[in-house]
Amino acid sequence: MIDLLRLEVPFSDEVARELEAGQRLLLTGVIFGARDQAHLRFATALQRGESLPLDLKGQVLYYVGPTPAPPGRPCGAAGPTTAGRMDRYTPLLLEYGIKGVIGKGKRSPQVVAALQKHGAVYLAATGGAGALIGRCIEEMRVVAYPDLGPEAVYRMVVRNLPVTVAVDSRGRNLYEEEPARYRLR
Amino acid sequence: MREIDVELIAGEVARLCREANCDLPPDVLRALEEARLKEESPQGRRILEEICENAAIAREERIPLCQDTGIALVFVEIGQEVHLTGGSLSEAINRGVARGYREGYLRKSVVADPLRRRNTGDNTPAVIYYDLVPGEVLRVTVMPKGFGSENCTSLGMLKPADGLEGVKRFVVEAVDRAGPNPCPPVTVGVGLGGTADRALLLAKRALLREVGSSHPDPELAALERELLEEVNKLGYGPGGLGGRVTALAVHVEAYPTHIAGLPVGVCINCHAARHRTWEWRGEGDD
Repeated sequence: MIDLLRLEVPFSDEVARELEAGQRLLLTGVIFGARDQAHLRFATALQRGESLPLDLKGQVLYYVGPTPAPPGRPCGAAGPTTAGRMDRYTPLLLEYGIKGVIGKGKRSPQVVAALQKHGAVYLAATGGAGALIGRCIEEMRVVAYPDLGPEAVYRMVVRNLPVTVAVDSRGRNLYEEEPARYRLR
Repeated sequence: MREIDVELIAGEVARLCREANCDLPPDVLRALEEARLKEESPQGRRILEEICENAAIAREERIPLCQDTGIALVFVEIGQEVHLTGGSLSEAINRGVARGYREGYLRKSVVADPLRRRNTGDNTPAVIYYDLVPGEVLRVTVMPKGFGSENCTSLGMLKPADGLEGVKRFVVEAVDRAGPNPCPPVTVGVGLGGTADRALLLAKRALLREVGSSHPDPELAALERELLEEVNKLGYGPGGLGGRVTALAVHVEAYPTHIAGLPVGVCINCHAARHRTWEWRGEGDD
């Protein structure tokens, strides 16, 4: 297994299918920040057959609500939020064409199945490491739903953002496998 | 009788909000360092290293430790000999929170209504708890509580017959249910007794204790040690990606209760177990 892979985002379908649970990646490129309320609006639009406020096909979504950027910086703290809250919307967004999602914590069996079905990946960033991850964000701007404040959709240019492949497109799930190895009860 | 202007308190609350969000207390840092030495999982050790590096960056660059800068919990102890001047204390505390979150570039995460979900824009209102105590002291603690961990809170209204074994089972199951979601390694606050609401408040207050400190009651101290051991057998480890250190500490607090009940509150804190206290004992003191 490759120990630390530098990876351009967004990535192609082929790359998404090759990624393996347990791989550590450093992401460089463009990702989109979106969390609870933005997901609700995306899902509502898709269910009504409307288009999203921007074309997110093939993109990577990061579950994040960053702190406001202090003067002279592009971004404050920007660690991942609990991914499970997005479970209700994720299968629909994967069907739409999202190729990767970044968050922390476990996912529902429906999300794991949808990742497999659509050849996409769930990447885990370290929960709470907001200052460390914030430094990997070189540009950040709101691109949709500015009325949602910290829950708006952000376009982020990242460099070497550290993540681990938590669920791959073959359905391997690190959040199940790894704790089971250390469980003593 | 000592007098204090509530505006002074507002200023201190603003400072506490900023500092609590950027500086991890030394006891938490120490516990994280110890966890790094203890952790067997390579993935877990790497995550602990990231967490420690994150704390150093936050402190040096005055960036919040976590993007979830929380809802501000404010615990106030007021001596009954203290006379407050200059208006409402609760309003002053909320002015302090608004100022601290604005000046510190902290995220405003509070919505005015749980159903309509409109952001209040200044992270108010805070959740404030007042205790009246003897003397001329004023003690204010700000605990920014993120919801990754707060959403993992559990309340069990056990039967007296469930006893100690029932309590242990409930606490371990609560941490098991939470799994990787509350950003382990966590600290676990357990409140025993009182009523449903009091058990949860005891559990929340238990999170303010120095990480790894023991309860003065030897039986409760033994329960804390045993619970920590059991919780760490769950295998979640740092980041929930496997390992030996799921929790840094379990703190138990107890209160008398009713003959018919055994309330158990479990509050979980993420590894960023943030809080800051200001103590005032009269003019000019800090």
